[in-house]
Amino acid sequence: MNEMLVTLALILGKLLFIFGVVLFMAAYLVLAERKILGRMQLRYGPNRVGPFGLMQPLADVIKLLTKEDFVPARADKWLFLIAPGITAVTALLVFAVIPFGPTQEIFGQQVPLVVVDLNIGVLYFLGVSSMAVYGVVLGGWASNSKYSLLGGVRGLSQMVSYELSLGLSLVPVIMMARSFSLTDIVMAQQSLPFMLLNPVAFGVFFICVLAESNRIPFDLPEAENELVGGFHTEYSGMRFGLFFVGEYINMVVLGSLVTVFFLGGWHGPWLPPMLWFLLKVLAVCAMFIWIRASMPRLRYDQLMNLGWKVLLPLTLVNILVTGAVLLGLG
Amino acid sequence: MHVIRGIRGTFQPFWVTLRNMFRKPVTIQYPEEKQQLPERYRARLILTRDPDGAERCVACHLCSAACPVDCISMQAAEAEDGRRYAAWFRINFTRCIFCGLCTEACPTLAIQVTADFELAGRDLLKLVYEKEDLLVDHCGNDNSYNFYRQSGIGVAAPRGTNPGETPPADVKDLMP
Ligand code: SF4
Ligand code: SF4
Repeated sequence: MNEMLVTLALILGKLLFIFGVVLFMAAYLVLAERKILGRMQLRYGPNRVGPFGLMQPLADVIKLLTKEDFVPARADKWLFLIAPGITAVTALLVFAVIPFGPTQEIFGQQVPLVVVDLNIGVLYFLGVSSMAVYGVVLGGWASNSKYSLLGGVRGLSQMVSYELSLGLSLVPVIMMARSFSLTDIVMAQQSLPFMLLNPVAFGVFFICVLAESNRIPFDLPEAENELVGGFHTEYSGMRFGLFFVGEYINMVVLGSLVTVFFLGGWHGPWLPPMLWFLLKVLAVCAMFIWIRASMPRLRYDQLMNLGWKVLLPLTLVNILVTGAVLLGLG
Repeated sequence: MHVIRGIRGTFQPFWVTLRNMFRKPVTIQYPEEKQQLPERYRARLILTRDPDGAERCVACHLCSAACPVDCISMQAAEAEDGRRYAAWFRINFTRCIFCGLCTEACPTLAIQVTADFELAGRDLLKLVYEKEDLLVDHCGNDNSYNFYRQSGIGVAAPRGTNPGETPPADVKDLMP
């Protein structure tokens, strides 16, 4: 009985911890992005609220919460209302399988630092993260606005063109780790991260992850310059906020996945494992921001070309080569 | 060649943004730092006085006619000596677009622009300036111009009695 209680408490504790850390990181990523982007464009970025603008996320939340929650005329009300939730929730759900540290001993129990160590973790991630596009598509469809619809349609066809390469670029990783479990994948990178062992898979995965997060250079569903706000044109207040937060949670989640699959997870010399994990995730997020500051948005056909004609063949060849090398090494 | 240019075009931006990140931003932090405004900056309007200290404005309505947003209104009045002046003069700064057309229209140089642009406020009615708020105690940009010296005052005063005028010559008199 007592043991069960402790287990329950530990699971709840882990959930709260992850929830808190991810939301906190998402909130401050917004600030970090705005500041770094600002500096890269010779501006200061937000620096008015609190010292160095550190209270800006709080101010943003208050602003979003107090704004009117507007539903456009003849919109599909229920879809319109739940679409932002889908984006944020699916992004959070993926975090369930991400291991962020080695197994710890707490209260005499072996506690793996992951919510659930699914033995099909990779498939779970691929399945759940594809659901995120429903938020974009349904939101775009339900808004009863041409810009939103175009944004939603773009989101859908963008997903079709990169999701395949995203899944296939993970096949070499699975082959090298001989497991679908994310914890095992991290364990397999004890000596060398997969980024060095298989840079092609890393490159393709990174590009697909950029597309998955709907960020520049793949922010076609949003495309402020052409589509006003894309799929979230009609959203206001906290519903827009959910889309927005979902995007940044997604950044954290995808950063963690890049870390788990290719950067060696929590492995690293000297520093404690969880700090290594955090540092790697932050590095990937910083890379996202840097890319956003530097790259233009791809055109629609360019994205399709890249997805189908470059990335897909590349991943297929990569799988074959990796398989051959693994066979050769025995 | 295409490929090389493509690769360079992909990676060069990263260098540019990285370099800019370590430069000093060009932003002026407004309430703490103030920008050095150009000398002829157009902002808040004033009504100036002539070198003798009298009001320059003759309530000719030219400025309100020139104003593209119709934010100047006034009431003309005439003094004992025939000198015209504005009984009241009002500029609605919530509507003024600071184009300066009124100053160009003004024949007496009464209405002039200043560089004071800090006119924001929460109460819109406080931005409707009356003549007392507009009138200043100096000549503005031009320290010598006096419209009435150039033109004389109207016929209300007997001829030759206005300041600086000599009495009219008696044409029937033969004396020089
Ligand atoms: S500056 Fe332009 S808008 Fe303002 S009062 Fe003069 S004419 Fe009107
Ligand atoms: S300010 Fe100038 S233009 Fe306007 S009424 Fe007075 S004299 Fe005329």
